[in-house]
Amino acid sequence: MAEHPGSAGSRTPVNHPSAAPDVGLFVTCLVDLMRPAIGFATVKLLQDAGCQVSVPAAQTCCGQPAYNSGDRKNTRAIAQQVIATFEAFEYVVVPSGSCGGMISHHYPSLFAADDPWKQRAEALADKTFELTVFLADIIKSSHIKAVYKSTATYHDSCSGLRELEIKDQPRDLMSAVVGLEVIEGEQAEVCCGFGGLFCVKYPDISESMLDQKIADIVATGAQLVTGGDLGCLMNIAGRLSRRGVATEVRHVAEVLVGMTDLPAIGAPEQVEN
Amino acid sequence: MEQTTETFTANARRAMANETLQVELARLSQGFPQRRQQAADRMPEFEALRDQARDIKNHVLANLDLYLEAYEAKVIAMGGQVHWARNAEEARAHILKICKSVDAKTVTKSKSMIGEEIAINDYLEKNGIAPIETDLGEYIIQLRNEPPSHIIAPAIHVSKAQVEADFRRVHTDLPIDRNLDDPTSLLQEARGQLRDKFLQADVGLTGANMLVAETGSNVLVTNEGNADLTYALPRVHIVIASLEKIVPTLEDATTILRVLARSATGQDMSVYTSFCTGPKRPGDPDGPEQYHVVLLDNGRTELLGSEFEEVLRCIRCSACMNHCPVYKAIGGHAYGWVYPGPIGAVLTPALMGIDGAADLPHASTLCGKCESVCPVRIPLPKLLRSWRTRHFEMQPARSPGHLALAAWAWIARKPALYHKVNGLIIAMLGAFGRKKGRLKWLPLAAGWTSKRDFPAPMGDTFIQQYHHGARGDASGQWLRRQQP
Amino acid sequence: MSEARGEILSKIRTTRTSPNAAKNILGTMQARIRDHSANLIPERGQRPADERVAQFMAEATRVNATVTRVAGNPDIPREVARFLTDNNLPSRIKQAPSLAHLDWSETMLTVSQGVGDAADEVCVTSAFGGVAETGTLVTYSAAENPTTLNFLPPVHVVVLKSKDITGAYEDIWVRLREALKNKDQSDNFMPRAVNFITGPSRTGDIQQTLLLGIHGPQRLHIVIVDDKTP
Repeated sequence: MAEHPGSAGSRTPVNHPSAAPDVGLFVTCLVDLMRPAIGFATVKLLQDAGCQVSVPAAQTCCGQPAYNSGDRKNTRAIAQQVIATFEAFEYVVVPSGSCGGMISHHYPSLFAADDPWKQRAEALADKTFELTVFLADIIKSSHIKAVYKSTATYHDSCSGLRELEIKDQPRDLMSAVVGLEVIEGEQAEVCCGFGGLFCVKYPDISESMLDQKIADIVATGAQLVTGGDLGCLMNIAGRLSRRGVATEVRHVAEVLVGMTDLPAIGAPEQVEN
Repeated sequence: MEQTTETFTANARRAMANETLQVELARLSQGFPQRRQQAADRMPEFEALRDQARDIKNHVLANLDLYLEAYEAKVIAMGGQVHWARNAEEARAHILKICKSVDAKTVTKSKSMIGEEIAINDYLEKNGIAPIETDLGEYIIQLRNEPPSHIIAPAIHVSKAQVEADFRRVHTDLPIDRNLDDPTSLLQEARGQLRDKFLQADVGLTGANMLVAETGSNVLVTNEGNADLTYALPRVHIVIASLEKIVPTLEDATTILRVLARSATGQDMSVYTSFCTGPKRPGDPDGPEQYHVVLLDNGRTELLGSEFEEVLRCIRCSACMNHCPVYKAIGGHAYGWVYPGPIGAVLTPALMGIDGAADLPHASTLCGKCESVCPVRIPLPKLLRSWRTRHFEMQPARSPGHLALAAWAWIARKPALYHKVNGLIIAMLGAFGRKKGRLKWLPLAAGWTSKRDFPAPMGDTFIQQYHHGARGDASGQWLRRQQP
Repeated sequence: MSEARGEILSKIRTTRTSPNAAKNILGTMQARIRDHSANLIPERGQRPADERVAQFMAEATRVNATVTRVAGNPDIPREVARFLTDNNLPSRIKQAPSLAHLDWSETMLTVSQGVGDAADEVCVTSAFGGVAETGTLVTYSAAENPTTLNFLPPVHVVVLKSKDITGAYEDIWVRLREALKNKDQSDNFMPRAVNFITGPSRTGDIQQTLLLGIHGPQRLHIVIVDDKTP
């Protein structure tokens, strides 16, 4: 068994000469409900990279809606369930910067210093990684074999970018996709206006932010906008579709695995031959 | 200043419909962040300086009583007077009393957020004393009878055409047919109009960017030079400052100056940085005869030792709002009180109560850009969340928000039920929308569908497909095709 | 002392976790003020002495000041006159008493001396120091240095000795404490006004357009003198 990443903050990549890394996939509630394709793509990427992947059926949500609404009690209750479900794995991988950040950044702050859950939360936090970080920085071996002749622009979701410092990892991985050209948006790091419940509570402000984001995406001329968080991508896709803009939207996991003949997010179903 | 945070949503909507404002906001959110980045790039030690600025402020907050006493003793030793005010009312009374004691008719003012906080202008006017704002932006909004909409660029919401119209309306002593097309002509006119006011004022009222305990000095930072004419010309200089503005030494002030202008305007240094210490000395040919400091608490001691203490590090640079996508969309007035942007969203509930200001901490995506540029590293998203928690805990347990979250949390902890119920909903939504890929309307989600389509779910949930070999959606089939 | 003062201070004290902490902290605080140690000084504030004048000139120019360098005191009046003529500026100047030693007889300028007033068109003052880090001038109020001369006129000419150009602001504080400590045996060295001036007055308040000379001078001209005499 390989050594655990260990104490807080140390995130050294681990070599696996023989044993396959034992990965628990936290698929996130949005992916589970809205776009299972991202879950399957993630499983395949992890397996291609030599991981042993498990998907606990007892998983639901990371508790972020409660957390960002100020409901600490219910957040803690949900967090305890996630901790109990996933703490046995060597790694936990999440195809989302915001849910990944919730576990690795915010869970420890939910519990008082003398609460035994605090240590468990910290232990889980230390071995939980967003998908592209895990592939690029932890496993560090590229198994990207996808071919996708297209142009893409990457939207940096806020939590991933600022809590988890995800910036180069998805871009480095995408550079291995044959035929894919990545065009940077000038405002790639600016929030898309999703913000979870924010976008339904303050639809007008959200719309204004979203339209700025869309203008930036359109300005790149890219055929595809991709990113690491389904929430943001649904927000962007929904607005593109409402405004009749044809830019495709896909999660980065789908792009990396080459799952690009499926309908894009919010796009009509294709007839299979 | 009248508080309008309660109508935040309507304020915001009005702001987004205001085309003039939107043009200015777009300009602001382009210019300031770009210039800040360039300034930071020119200073390789910038991040380390931010750490030090944070540490200086933390050190002072941890020992605030001692530093206040040391500062006060020094001001007195240098011939000045210190007046303590627990709240806005006491601060206003101190200022009025000083003004009356010298029979003041006019007071020139250099931009001060505390001045806004205690609404000193209205108060002086009601008491027969004319306050004259001298910062060009403040002067413009005083003519328009508007509050500032930004901390360092208070008239950011006003277009050049509006300034011209205001000048024509108010400066009636000038020829009607004068040409004001060129911004420089507006500048010259304002300079001319304010020159006499500076020279005639009985009292000069300034804020303070910092108070230095070592020397009993107040620090004033401006680009225009108006603060200098405000304190140097009248007989009396009154400084109004909140008590967290203290720094220990001139060296500490210097460190903070190195991050202040760079974060604010992207300048390496503002044009004028002035350290004022007491009144005119024997032999001084100019300067004020009296020097007063009004030290304001106004709720700040309540924040010390609380989860919101870190907000007291703020040096009012505006970087948070300059970089905030919400501020960019709605501007400063929508926030409804003195402090706009992310800092306002934390500070307003702290100083005015969360009841009327609950929208402010909620109207944020917590995107974190503000924290990433704050020169004193205030964790603004964390503090916004803390306000959400406080507000949530104040709501009755049976409020709709509580019940909805409780229901979600309950089912989220019953995975089997969760997957069954959600699976049904998703299957239904999928059946309705999958063909077109989107839903234009959803029950209970008008906030979403009023602005965007709802991308339809693909079909069965991931967990169902993965574990129960259910019908499967296209991606499951896709994956099976890929397996050897 | 006032009721407000007592209440504010006691409120702050209740936030301390340990009541005994204050005693130890008082000593620490006093030492911090007494020692006034410098924090991090960036590299750009610590360049070698022979680079500082050039650095100062570059930085001051960057913030819209104009700078010339002359060999000695006798060159100052000539340089001021040249600057005013070249830029079509008025020939009536008011100088700070600190420059009373200058001989203006060679120039055609009308020179007066005193505090600033509304009629001033050009003021000529001397600086206590310059900071290379940002091209900043430092001046302080004194009998021979009226503060108002720095801010009232539309044109400000400042004489700065090259040997007074330091690397960082911190060097100014060291010099200032040193220069003024003898006047008063206490540590009350601070003059009534210490002014850092970095370029001419500016505003961005009209349509976020940079405009020079709103309240303070529109032109700032710096004459650096290589004179070695004090």
